[in-house]
Amino acid sequence: MSAEVVVLGGGVGGTLTANLVARHARGRAHVTVVDETGRHVYQPGFLYVAVGQERPEKLVHDEVGLLRHDVELVTEAAVRVDPVGRSVALASGRTLPYQHLVLATGCRTVMAEVPGGEGAHDFYTLAGAIRLHEALERFAGGRILVGVAGIPYKCPPAPVEFVFLLDDYLRSRGVRESSEIKLLSPLNRAFTIETTSKLVQPILAERDIDLCTFFNVETVDPEARTVSSLEGETFEYDLLVLVPPHRGQQLIEDSGLGDARGWVPVDKTTLQHAKFDQVWALGDATNIPISKSGSVAHYEAPIVAGQIAAAINGAPAPATTYDGKVMCFLETGRGEATTIRFDYEHPARSPRPARVWHWGKALFNKAYWHTVPQGRLP
Amino acid sequence: MQATIATTLDLKGLSCPIPIAKTAKTMKQLAPGELVEVLATDPGSVPDFQAWSKATGNPLVEIGEADGVFRFVLRKKEA
Repeated sequence: MSAEVVVLGGGVGGTLTANLVARHARGRAHVTVVDETGRHVYQPGFLYVAVGQERPEKLVHDEVGLLRHDVELVTEAAVRVDPVGRSVALASGRTLPYQHLVLATGCRTVMAEVPGGEGAHDFYTLAGAIRLHEALERFAGGRILVGVAGIPYKCPPAPVEFVFLLDDYLRSRGVRESSEIKLLSPLNRAFTIETTSKLVQPILAERDIDLCTFFNVETVDPEARTVSSLEGETFEYDLLVLVPPHRGQQLIEDSGLGDARGWVPVDKTTLQHAKFDQVWALGDATNIPISKSGSVAHYEAPIVAGQIAAAINGAPAPATTYDGKVMCFLETGRGEATTIRFDYEHPARSPRPARVWHWGKALFNKAYWHTVPQGRLP
Repeated sequence: MQATIATTLDLKGLSCPIPIAKTAKTMKQLAPGELVEVLATDPGSVPDFQAWSKATGNPLVEIGEADGVFRFVLRKKEA
């Protein structure tokens, strides 16, 4: 009899894990992916939609086309997990029993947690990025503030990338000279990683992008068009772009599988749930102290899949565990980018921004659909 | 008068900038002169708290380390 493997979530982590388990335990596992929309969304593209460099429809693909033929897709919401009885309840009332469960549920953004947050734009959902692009098309000059309203958030370099791409965008529209761009950072530097901050800060200054440090967004006043920080500063804006607060999915919170913010506690090397056997989590859903990004989910999926396939095949658990590897690109505008690579043991390194990294990122974004979900890229 | 610690934030295992954001949030709720104790394991938190204290004017009154855990005591600035 086949082992039942249920994967909740059809993003990069869930899709790749499902495909790898089905490949490595072929004939011995029945793998089911549960995804409410049945559509796979490439979130790193949201940034480009916001500045008019990508069309929204290019970022969405039917999930079924990315899964192996022997993986079953259930296009329905999961509403509750019973980690003791080992089953998942679906919205229709149907129940899926499992021997192995993978939580690849990602996270959600909750701008409503920011008082006055309705006055802010964001590029953390496709709808938000489209709306922001429309606002930028109408923008005729003034002050644009870009800030962070909650930590942790997906893709830590994104606010920095956004201000660089925004600078290019406003220049192309001929409104840069009548505009001011201010990056409000929660820390005393542009970005969490010190070495990368040192690299990008002179470029911010060169592009006349003002860096305002230790500004942890607390409230927005949409009437007065002001944003205030926990540190007690207030700025006026003409257009406000905020990274919204993030939290784990409702399903995780309702099922008692996460912490107070819905992040799933896992071992940071095996990605196994801290409390429940046969449950793994990966990607944005976990509480591990590493970036929330597709790159992390991509590197974690083989670790999770390897353990599940070994258990099904009766083989010893693989020796390889997740080492905290992250690799991402950071656009610095004007057709250039850098990269950031690090893991649990090694601090981040970033090369000098160059065109090659920008083209590398553009190529990766296109090649993604044919490589990452299928496990063709290590 | 020796002020006592009003609240302790256990932020062990969290990496920057989460400890700064959580401390800023807690500090907001304290009365001037009250103390907050922060426990963190991220080595980057040392320069971060020093810089945050300087930038916001909330004095960093104690800083120490034992067994890999950094301990910071910050005082809420006078209004």
